[in-house]
Amino acid sequence: MGDPVTATTEAPATPTAGPKTEAVPAISLSGVTKTFHSGRETITAVGHLDLDIEAGEFFSLLGPSGCGKTTTMRMIAGFEEPTTGVVRLDGDDVTDVAPNHRDVNMVFQSYALFPHLSVAENVAFGLKRKKVKAAEIKRRIDEMLELVELGGHGKRKPSQLSGGQRQRVALARALVNQPRALLLDEPLAALDLKLRQAMQIELKRIQRDIGITFVYVTHDQGEALTMSDRIAVMNGGYVEQLGTPAEIYEHPATRFVAGFIGTSNLLTGTAANPTSDGAEVRLDCGQHVLIGQRLTEGERADLTVRPEKITISTDAPDAGLSRVRGTVTDTVYLGSSTHYTVRLDDGTEIVVYQQNARDLSATDVTTGRGSEVWLSWRPSHSYLLSDSPQGGPHRA
Amino acid sequence: MRRKLTPYLLALPGWAWLALFFIVPIAGMVSLSLTSGNIITGFHQTFNIGNYTEALNLYSEQLFRSLFYGLSATLIAIAIGYPAAYWIAFKAGKHKSTYLLLLLLPFFVSFVLRTISWKFTLSDQGIVLGTLKNIGLLPTDFAVLNTAPAVVLGLAYNFLPFMVLPIYAVLERMDHRVVEAAHDLYASRLQAFLRVVLPISLPGVFAGGLMTFIPTTADYVNATVLGGPETTMIGSIIQTQYLVNNDYPIAAAITFVLMAVLLIGIFSYARALGTERVMEVQAK
Repeated sequence: MGDPVTATTEAPATPTAGPKTEAVPAISLSGVTKTFHSGRETITAVGHLDLDIEAGEFFSLLGPSGCGKTTTMRMIAGFEEPTTGVVRLDGDDVTDVAPNHRDVNMVFQSYALFPHLSVAENVAFGLKRKKVKAAEIKRRIDEMLELVELGGHGKRKPSQLSGGQRQRVALARALVNQPRALLLDEPLAALDLKLRQAMQIELKRIQRDIGITFVYVTHDQGEALTMSDRIAVMNGGYVEQLGTPAEIYEHPATRFVAGFIGTSNLLTGTAANPTSDGAEVRLDCGQHVLIGQRLTEGERADLTVRPEKITISTDAPDAGLSRVRGTVTDTVYLGSSTHYTVRLDDGTEIVVYQQNARDLSATDVTTGRGSEVWLSWRPSHSYLLSDSPQGGPHRA
Repeated sequence: MRRKLTPYLLALPGWAWLALFFIVPIAGMVSLSLTSGNIITGFHQTFNIGNYTEALNLYSEQLFRSLFYGLSATLIAIAIGYPAAYWIAFKAGKHKSTYLLLLLLPFFVSFVLRTISWKFTLSDQGIVLGTLKNIGLLPTDFAVLNTAPAVVLGLAYNFLPFMVLPIYAVLERMDHRVVEAAHDLYASRLQAFLRVVLPISLPGVFAGGLMTFIPTTADYVNATVLGGPETTMIGSIIQTQYLVNNDYPIAAAITFVLMAVLLIGIFSYARALGTERVMEVQAK
């Protein structure tokens, strides 16, 4: 295997949307690496990748720029040839197959629409190259433009369309070919927030309707969490974690994932009093918290807690919980919730999101700035973090 | 108020320039082309349309020859210039400006001097033909100089940058991802070029074509230096009528005939290429 991911997370073999059979993966990368040469320097874009994407899955490659996600997608599309390893589509080795002979289509980041062709001609481009009959082309264009809600816009030029409409033309132009997989390279990056959110729902609907495998490259964790069946979080050319959005959010495997996805609190300490179902972690500030994972005595441990898992109170919480004492340094009232920043004795800051179930308008002096509070959370909400996979850069 | 006037004030020098050096001379030339007389007795305005009929009757052969040479030179310039522009835009990487400079370098030398150097290069016993004749690859009476090909090649050579630069400019700013998109949509390399790159670069070809065709058709240096009596172009006729024979009305009439023919040519060319449509795409 050699999959750097399996060491940290045992992701379930099948995502929610994937078929439960022993089907051949729609896309399979095994032992794939990619290095570029720039002058005398060798740059590793993709370190080592073993990835199976199931048929019908909405799969996201998520990571910061330069993490290798786009290179990975370009290797699936055929624009880059892997330095080592094999790319398979539905089990067929396509490693050396040119992009125009690969049955996948791509939605480019800047859409890359053909400026000299009308919307309909753009959408027809692939079908014409495949020598589909004219009547059939017309029928499929109309059908596809309806699907992306651009019916009646066929005669326009891309320059006459809005950003969101161009986006949909790019989508239609790729989908009309009924590819084995659709590759989307940050397709929503150029749209404004409102349109982006609408398109997220739209993309997900289209994907469900037509049942084609989507591979989605993004640096936007919100996008990935909203739409994906599974996510591969990439960093420095390696996959840091592979799993469903909930697994990745709730159980971040590495320091990088915990920091990159959502907000998380990082605590460092030493394991003590291990039992069969957990241990104490003595924090560097002297307080200790509980964890539901096994540790050996004296082991150094980095752990994370999501802000919304923590309860803030003035009374001492139950002994069965992880609990620490600190001072509120900042509160941000957001209406439905309040965000607190609490500082421990050694300066470690912990962020807490508290739902405002009570009316806070009159009182809440107790948890105002400067007040001493207790923070508590269930031992199972502490998550041990490991280092990035082999070769991956470590984040401070 | 002042704010509204500013753009007009800024445009004023341009307008003054145009009026002084374009509109006034053109009006003067139109007037001149309708006069009668000679240099000694002076030219008098007689609205003499006869100058135009004479120009057409006497010099239509040179006119058509010029159009033919101009067109041939333009086509040769496209054939040589397009691949050069394509290569520099797509393949030269970070050395683009070096190659552009190399392309332009000969053109720092005066136009006439360059053409004369071609005369030496192409002369019957020059380095090219002389060598080929000496080793027996060409018959000893073979000549390029004083023939139509010499003039056309000279024209194509002299105006090549005017073809390369506009095509380069379009290819350079083209989103190269559209080529990938074409490959992704099953187009072979040839199809991607013919269906995507070439149509998108047509405005550049159009601009380059105009900037080559108009000056080559009206040129007289190449025909004078590289050509012979059989290759006289309309530009030489105008020059002779004006500066040698001092028959200004005829020279002016020929000038306007040439101008009219070029304008008709340009508009039908624009029609044929569908450039309004292409331009619109570029404008966005």
